[in-house]
Amino acid sequence: SLGVECNILELDQVDDGANVQEVLSEITNQRTVPNIFVNKVHMGGCDRTFQAHQSGLLQKLLQEDSAYEYDLIVIGGGSGGLACAQEAAILGKKVMVLDFVVPTPQGTSWGLGGTCVNVGCVPKKLMHQAALLGQALKDARKFGWEYSHQVKHNWETMIEAVQNHIGSLNWGYRLSLREKSVTYVNSYGEFVEHHKIKATNRKGQETYYTAAKFVLATGQRPRYLGIPGDKEYCITSDDLFSLPYCPGKTLVVGASYVALECGGFLAGIGLDVTIMVRSILLRDFDQEMAEKVGSYMEQHGVKFLRKFVPVMVQQLEKGSPGKLKVVAKSTEGPETIEEIYNTVLLAIGRASCTRKIGLEKIGVKVNEKSGKIPVNDVEQTNVPYVYAVGDILEGKLELTPIAIQAGKLLARRLFAGSLEKCDYVNVPTTVFTPLEYGCCGLSEEKAIEVHKKENLEVRLCFMAY
Amino acid sequence: GVPASRSWLGQQSAGFHTPQPPFQLGKQWGDPAGGSAGEQKSKGRWAQSEKKTGLSGTEPGTCSGEGRQNYDLLVIGGGSGGLACAKEAAQLGKKVAVVDYVEPSPRGTRWGLGGTCVNVGCIPKKLMHQAALLGGMVRDAPHYGWALQPVPHDWTTMAEAVQNHVKSLNWGHRVQLQDRKVMYFNIKASFVDAHTVCGVAKGGKETLLSAEHIVIATGGRPRYPTHGHGEPRMGLTILSLCVLSSNRLVVGASYVALECAGFLTGLGLDTTVMIRSIPLRGFDQQMSSLVTEYMASQGTRFLRGCTPSRVQRLPDGQLQVTWEDLSSGKEDTGTFNTVLWAIGRIPETRSLNLEKAGVHTSPTSQKILVDAQETTSVPHIYAIGDIAEGRPELTPTAIMAGKLLAQRLCGQSSDVMDYDNVPTTVFTPLEYGCVGLSEEEAVARHGEEHVEVYHAYYKPLEFTVAERDASQCYIKMVCLRKPPQLVLGLHFLGPNAGEVTQGFALGIKCGASYAQVMRTVGIHPTCAEEVAKLRISKRSGLDPTVTGC
Repeated sequence: SLGVECNILELDQVDDGANVQEVLSEITNQRTVPNIFVNKVHMGGCDRTFQAHQSGLLQKLLQEDSAYEYDLIVIGGGSGGLACAQEAAILGKKVMVLDFVVPTPQGTSWGLGGTCVNVGCVPKKLMHQAALLGQALKDARKFGWEYSHQVKHNWETMIEAVQNHIGSLNWGYRLSLREKSVTYVNSYGEFVEHHKIKATNRKGQETYYTAAKFVLATGQRPRYLGIPGDKEYCITSDDLFSLPYCPGKTLVVGASYVALECGGFLAGIGLDVTIMVRSILLRDFDQEMAEKVGSYMEQHGVKFLRKFVPVMVQQLEKGSPGKLKVVAKSTEGPETIEEIYNTVLLAIGRASCTRKIGLEKIGVKVNEKSGKIPVNDVEQTNVPYVYAVGDILEGKLELTPIAIQAGKLLARRLFAGSLEKCDYVNVPTTVFTPLEYGCCGLSEEKAIEVHKKENLEVRLCFMAY
Repeated sequence: GVPASRSWLGQQSAGFHTPQPPFQLGKQWGDPAGGSAGEQKSKGRWAQSEKKTGLSGTEPGTCSGEGRQNYDLLVIGGGSGGLACAKEAAQLGKKVAVVDYVEPSPRGTRWGLGGTCVNVGCIPKKLMHQAALLGGMVRDAPHYGWALQPVPHDWTTMAEAVQNHVKSLNWGHRVQLQDRKVMYFNIKASFVDAHTVCGVAKGGKETLLSAEHIVIATGGRPRYPTHGHGEPRMGLTILSLCVLSSNRLVVGASYVALECAGFLTGLGLDTTVMIRSIPLRGFDQQMSSLVTEYMASQGTRFLRGCTPSRVQRLPDGQLQVTWEDLSSGKEDTGTFNTVLWAIGRIPETRSLNLEKAGVHTSPTSQKILVDAQETTSVPHIYAIGDIAEGRPELTPTAIMAGKLLAQRLCGQSSDVMDYDNVPTTVFTPLEYGCVGLSEEEAVARHGEEHVEVYHAYYKPLEFTVAERDASQCYIKMVCLRKPPQLVLGLHFLGPNAGEVTQGFALGIKCGASYAQVMRTVGIHPTCAEEVAKLRISKRSGLDPTVTGC
């Protein structure tokens, strides 16, 4: 009587009616008929539909314009964000991705794709490869390849090649989004009210967008030390992979895999590298393995300053690179040391980009201390229409493949009625230090904690040949 | 229990069979009915030497060594299988002897303890493959910023380095045997009777050895062409060759032929491969053709459908090879500095006098017939490794079989070797790793409509900056179509294929399904992760090229 076009599927008149009923039950929790959907929103049965008609909700849903401009807005165009957005688009949804890179204190910025593509996994692995090739050159002579001179490495050649490849990936992502009809906006997104964000572009122009659902995938950025000279004179991994000049004699501050991987490949291409470690290497990794990673690096020329922290960085000379004086204090006593480096690379951890995106305006809970966002097992925050994936999740792994997996599965749950959740257990990973360390499952320490030592057997093998 | 169906690479279903045991299962040491009460708890006990059955004394005229030496276990052949078995048995307390002898090749090449793998197989092959790969890395390096012009390769330096390492391994094996108190004899053994072996040393001295249990692990040697080829050229003795030559012909299509031709090309040597019919018989043929396609793109020349009919030495020392093109019937000739035969391997059974012991061999392959316990037609004689009929010709299976055999004989275990889903890798310039069934085998076994093949062409990250062609970098996973889609076979073509395949072999051994592989999170950025991301099926007809992250 409302004159609405209806599609009616009579389950007792189709071959796989029973199957359809099963699926309906799974996605709507309703086994009875009629099972009614209005403009793709599940209404319920007969009673619910009448109620909706009485309250006016039914008419609202029947309007041509849906309540929001987009089905999904993803804030953050990195591994997790792009995977989620593309999957949702493939499922027929109207999707927008906002991605914006706030330049580093040194002024570095980059294109679409997030940390992994621009300032993480990809350039890291390529530079690790450059370093491995340096070792391969040395090996080659033992295997009969004949050259006598010391081979030098040219930083600019490597950076150009790496950046060219990254550029092709940025381009590939833009193309992929366009092909899937995902709207990409190169603007900084933040919430202003429920279901609504403000997008600010490089020129400061503001636009507003609304969506039924949101996914936060803003990732992280390197932390600074909070000491004099850190932001002015130090660089981070954000700057390293596009540094237009060779960093020269480098001090790497930190003991994370970022610190060790960067220190490792810098040494591998022939630079004088020192790594300053406050306490242990590769926190949360198996410590016996971590120490072996470290001693291999030490045997291959990387200097380690253990149990020191920098307290001041001073610029002695400007340049590309310049000269920096670093003063560091021992963590165990009054000793201080001073040394001059061309470059100081801070790799002391990463902070989540959750403080300045307006989450307080809509009441999304953020862990005060870590900045990470607690989510349930379907990646939902405490605000039902807001989800999160990737590095910003509390208690989850900071890895690209996990973010991608989580993003895809989330889209399928939201828009295709899937029930599959992301499995964060027994995820393999590899630290691409000069001698690479791959692992899966529990560290020995964690295993002892969980299972008790007497219930464990640890088998060892030192490679014979 | 014996697995009903076994599928390992390299064996066509026609040639493979599960040998039905007409023979008794191998006995453990000692007579179960006898033995003193104070024996150890384990089931294996050994008989007093006076109680040995079946020994009729020395055959007149065959071996006149002084007093025979008695052992619990005698292993004939000091290669991968033999040494593993011997060391394990010795560790479990048995009195063990190993006899190893290398009959010189027609060119006079010989080598030390360790068998084919260590001396003229896996080890030197992989080292030379590495030398070739390093050549590729030397070419990549300038793209990554290293200031280097193309450099030449010196064969002698490499061969010397490889031989030094091989010798250290020979030495290492001798030390290991000594440490475990295994007696080692460098003698050529042959059977006198079922429990006695006569060994002849290089100088002619003879020794008589007898044992309660005997393991035959004599392996194989390269096959030589049967007629019309003048003086036989080397098989795998290329590996100790110290001469530079400009033009090499490799005859054969086995992994040996392709691996050798591959590294020769990689070292800058002009190489041609002559193949009679198909490359890598027994392997997945789609993968095999991608392997040869890559080799061709790197400069290896292929003469397909040709078979050599004559090899003649020319006055200048070069070799003139005449061959027939099988499709046209035409003859052609070419001049080569070196001809390398890699046309298959034959088992080392001829000089063992197996008939004196009553050990039966296959009439077609000459390999020794064994049951699931590795027992031959004689209850106390066993055979492992390349010499045994129906087994994969791989070092790790020989080693594992040898260890398990020793454990069973010593009553430590009743486990038999599982030859199912054995992974392997062909170390051609672009490496090919595989485990499980080829696509052809899967289709033959289950029918095309019951098989789903997921595949992808991918580009290793390292190839991008190096501007390398990745056209043949390809992965496919052969599964059953029926949920949960059991993985039947995995095939990976790309760098570090052995490292990649090893990990996934565990999954396949555990009966992984396609869904489980898809739920395995990848390690980024690697080539291996592409296996866990195989979404496109052949059936869909969609483009299987991986794009971006």
